[in-house]
Amino acid sequence: MLKTQEYTLNFGPQHPATHGVFQVILTLDGEKIVKAEPICGYLHRGIEKLAEARTYTQVIPYTDRMDYLAAMLQNLGYVQAVEKLMEIEVPERAEYLRVITGELSRLTSHVLGTGVYALDIGAFTGFLVCFREREKMMDLLEELTGSRMTLSYARIGGVADDAPEGWLDKVDQLMDAMPGYIDEYNGLITGNEIFQARTKFVGQLSPETAVNYSLSGPVLRGSGVNYDLRKNMPYGIYDRFDFEVPLGTNGDCFDRFYCRVREMEQSVRIIKQAVEQIREVDGPVMGKAPKVLKPPKGDVYHEIESSKGIIGYYVVSDGSNKPYRVHVRRPSFVNLGYLDEMVRGYLIADLVAILGSIDIVLGEVDC
Amino acid sequence: MLENLFVGIAHWLRALLGGTGILPVEITESIVFLVKLVAVLIFILLNALWLVYMERKVAAYMQARIGPNRVGPKGLLQTTCDIGKLISKEIIIPKNVDLVVFLLAPVLIFVPTLMVFAVIPLGKNMAALDLNIGLFYLLAIASVSSLFFWMAGWSSNSKYSLVGSMRVVAQMVSYELPLILSLLGVIMITGSLNMSAIIDAQTKVWFIFTQPIAFLIYFIAAVAETNRTPFCLVEGESEIIAGPYTEYGGMAFAMFFLAEYANIMVICAVTTIVFLGGWHAPFEAFAIGGAHVFTWIPSWVWFFLKMYALIFVVMWFRWTFPRIRVDQLMGFGWKVLVPLALANIFVTGIGIYIYKAIGW
Repeated sequence: MLKTQEYTLNFGPQHPATHGVFQVILTLDGEKIVKAEPICGYLHRGIEKLAEARTYTQVIPYTDRMDYLAAMLQNLGYVQAVEKLMEIEVPERAEYLRVITGELSRLTSHVLGTGVYALDIGAFTGFLVCFREREKMMDLLEELTGSRMTLSYARIGGVADDAPEGWLDKVDQLMDAMPGYIDEYNGLITGNEIFQARTKFVGQLSPETAVNYSLSGPVLRGSGVNYDLRKNMPYGIYDRFDFEVPLGTNGDCFDRFYCRVREMEQSVRIIKQAVEQIREVDGPVMGKAPKVLKPPKGDVYHEIESSKGIIGYYVVSDGSNKPYRVHVRRPSFVNLGYLDEMVRGYLIADLVAILGSIDIVLGEVDC
Repeated sequence: MLENLFVGIAHWLRALLGGTGILPVEITESIVFLVKLVAVLIFILLNALWLVYMERKVAAYMQARIGPNRVGPKGLLQTTCDIGKLISKEIIIPKNVDLVVFLLAPVLIFVPTLMVFAVIPLGKNMAALDLNIGLFYLLAIASVSSLFFWMAGWSSNSKYSLVGSMRVVAQMVSYELPLILSLLGVIMITGSLNMSAIIDAQTKVWFIFTQPIAFLIYFIAAVAETNRTPFCLVEGESEIIAGPYTEYGGMAFAMFFLAEYANIMVICAVTTIVFLGGWHAPFEAFAIGGAHVFTWIPSWVWFFLKMYALIFVVMWFRWTFPRIRVDQLMGFGWKVLVPLALANIFVTGIGIYIYKAIGW
C-alpha cells in the first residue's frame, strides 16, 4: 500500500526569501503546504522597554530602527503622539518638510518593496533597477538629514533642520522624472506574463477577512477596502493635498503589489504639491517646545499611515521626563498574522510570493 | 588559410608523426585523435570560464552597472581568480551524507557535456567524431545528466536538496520529450541523423525558416533542460536556496556552476547546427564581382558567431524573466509544447509528401 508522508521544512531563519531573520516552519505534502507556523523574534531588541529609560527626545532614534526602510514615517508617528499629548503647535514649514520627507521615505520603501518582490519571483534585474532610484532618493534624504536610512529627522515640535539651499529643486526634479521610472518598472516587472501568472489569484484575501484580522496598508487596500489614514483621518496637513487611494479588486498578490506601485505615483503627486506650497511658507522649523519635555500625566494613542500599514504609538506619561510606557502597533507584525491561513494549500513558491506581497520588515515585526 | 586553420594543424600533426616512419599508422591516428579530444576539452573549460565572465558583463549591462572590471584587463581574469579561490576552499561534507555519491555527483556532472562535444562540428570538417547517428547520440547522452542532479540531491540528505532534485528529474524528463519531438521534423526532411548531413541540407535555406515552430519549441525546451531562468526552478534561489547544490561548497559547487555554462554552450551549438545552418555563412552564393563576400570569413568563425548570439539570448532571458512555478512549468511542457511538437511533425510530414508529389 503506497502512501504519502508529510514532512517538516524549516523555511528560515537563514533563508534568502524571508526578508531577514524570520522562520516559517512548514508542514509539507510534497511541495504543497499543509501548515505554516511563522516564528518571529530573532531580531527583538526590546525597543519598547528601552524607551522607558530614555527621555522623550531620546526615543526618536529608536523608532528609526523599527521600519528602517521608511524611517521618517516611524519618527513622525512618535513625535505626533507626544505633540498630541503636550499640545505643541508645529510650525507650517516643519509640517511641509515632514510631508516631503515622509513621502520620500514611503517612496524609498515602496521602490524597495517593488524590487524585492521581483527578486522573490525570480527576476533579479527588477531588483537592481529599482535600487537605482532608491539611491537617488536616499542621496536627497542624506543631504537633508545627514543620514541615509535612520533619519531621526523629526523632533517633538518640528523637524531638526531646514532644507539646504537648492534641495527643494532637486526633489522637484527627481519627482518630475519619477513617473518615467515607474513606467519602466511596470514594463519590466508588472507587465511580464510570467510575473502575472505567478501572482494573479494567488493568496487571495477577502475584504471581510482583511478587516477582521485588522490588516492595513497595501495589504488591506489590495483587497479593495478603501481605508487610508491620510484620507480617512488626515493627520498633519494631509488634508491640503490632492491625491487618490489606489485599490485592488481581487485581493491577490498582484493587487497588493500593484497597489504599492500606484501608491508611488500618488506619493510623487503629494511631494510635488508640497514642494510647490512650501516655497510660499517661511519661518522657523521648530515650534515652541520646552528644552526639557515633561508631558502632563495621561496617555495618548496616535496612528499614521506608514508604508507598510497603520503604525500606532501608545505613549503613557507619568509626568516625568521619561515615558512610563511606549507601545507600538507595528503594521508588519499585524499583517503577518494571517499568513498561515493564507498559504495553506499553496506551493512553496507561492509562500515566497505571498510573504513578499505582504512586504514585511523584520526590524518592525520583532521591534 | 584561416578557413582550414584547425584542419591544417591536424594534417600537419599527422604528417609530422607519420613522416618519421617509426610509428605505425594506428598509433599516429590515435595520437591525433587524443589531441583532438584534449583540444575540445580545453576549449569547453576555457569557454565555461569565459561564459561566466560574459554572463556577469551582460547582467551588468542590463542592470545599469559596470560588472567585473578590476582583475586583469576589463576584468577578464575575474573568473580565473574566482575559481582559484574556490579551489582553495574546503569542501565541507555534512553529516549523514552518502559520501561516495555525494562526491561523485559534481565530478560526473561534466561527463555528458564533454561526451556530447565529440560529435559537434565546430566548422567545416571540424568534428572530432563524425558519427552517422550523431544527433541520436547527442540526445541520448545529454539526457543522462538528470541522473547526476538526482545523485547530488539525494545524497545530500537535505530537504531543500531533495525537493530541488525531484524538480530537476520531473522537469528534465518532461522537457526531453518536446525537445526530441521538435528535432524530428528536421530529421524527416534531411533523412539523416548525421550532424554534417544536417548542416549540408541547409546550404540554401536554414531550417529556422522551414521549421520555425520546431525552432521555438526546441529553444524553449533546451533552456528548460539547462535549468536556466525562466525555468530555473531547480536552483530557485528564493524558494529552495540552491536546490541540489545547497550542501555543496568550494570547487564542488563550482563544478555544477561551470557545468551549467558548458550545457548552455551545448544547447546553443546544437541549435546552431540544426536550425541556423551550422558553420554555413548566410547568403553563401552572394558575390560582388566574383568574390564571395560572406564565405570569406572562415566557417568556424561563423559557427561561433551564431552560437554566441544564441548564448546571449539565453542570458537575456535570465536577466529579464521571473521564474515560473513548478505546476505551470509542467502544464506548459505537457499541454503546450508536446502537442505543438506533434502537430509540427504532422504538418512537416504532409509538407514533405506534397513536395515529393509535385516533384519540385
